[in-house]
Amino acid sequence: MTTLEAVRRRAESNAKDRGYILNPDPEFLADLIEGLKTNEDRYGYPSCPCRLASGIFDLDRDIICPCDYRDPDVEEYGCCYCALFIRKDVVEEKKPIEPIPERRPQEKIALAHTPASQRVEKPVEIVPALTAIPLKTKLKMWYCRQCGYVCFREEPPYICPICKAKREMFEEIRATIYLGA
Amino acid sequence: MKIVKVIGKKRNHKVFMYAISTCAWCKRTKQLLKDNNVEFEYVDVDLCSDEDQEKIEREITKRGGRLSYPTLIVDDKTLITGYHPEKMTEAIGL
Repeated sequence: MTTLEAVRRRAESNAKDRGYILNPDPEFLADLIEGLKTNEDRYGYPSCPCRLASGIFDLDRDIICPCDYRDPDVEEYGCCYCALFIRKDVVEEKKPIEPIPERRPQEKIALAHTPASQRVEKPVEIVPALTAIPLKTKLKMWYCRQCGYVCFREEPPYICPICKAKREMFEEIRATIYLGA
Repeated sequence: MKIVKVIGKKRNHKVFMYAISTCAWCKRTKQLLKDNNVEFEYVDVDLCSDEDQEKIEREITKRGGRLSYPTLIVDDKTLITGYHPEKMTEAIGL
């Protein structure tokens, strides 16, 4: 289980990376942080607190905070869909922060409402092993389920160097790469 | 489907709300109704079963709504998507 403090720190870091500011309303911000924590505890990843998640990582990938729609939304409307991330000028000029239209395609949202038994699953792509290279060191390929960062290591990193996700967010890609001497 | 009824003194409109339990905008909408003493019912969609979520999707899209929360249905005809106090004032008479 994650902590509210960890979720808040990650949100602050994500905001800083893009020059955004977290929602200046302390009560509203506290609700969002709590919602993110609940989703992280519930699904294993911090999906947007204001959207319905399916609980299937591949279906929810685009709404894991910071979601795929954050930057275009902040640019166009001054805040993201749940209003966690706010454009600097909106806060500085004390412009009203209001709900914005949903940018996520309705088909994707509908899929989150569809019972698991009726969902059409995409076939898993298997990366072929590169066996032509002389065998010496055996490494595994890991990818961050939050941001897609890929690395070759015996063990997954303790923290994703790109999005700061925890080690638990890494999953092995089932292909073995053999590197020569 | 777990429908929660919030008792209020204003009962001249039938107010039903689809919400997400973790959503800050939904929470704000519930609070606005409570502050104005409006009686209403709501369902937290994320806490429903898969089957109920599908029913909710059909219910909202059938009424021409978008799958975005909060969604309010006033008197079985007026649909309000999102936290919009001015629209709520007009439809419910806050």
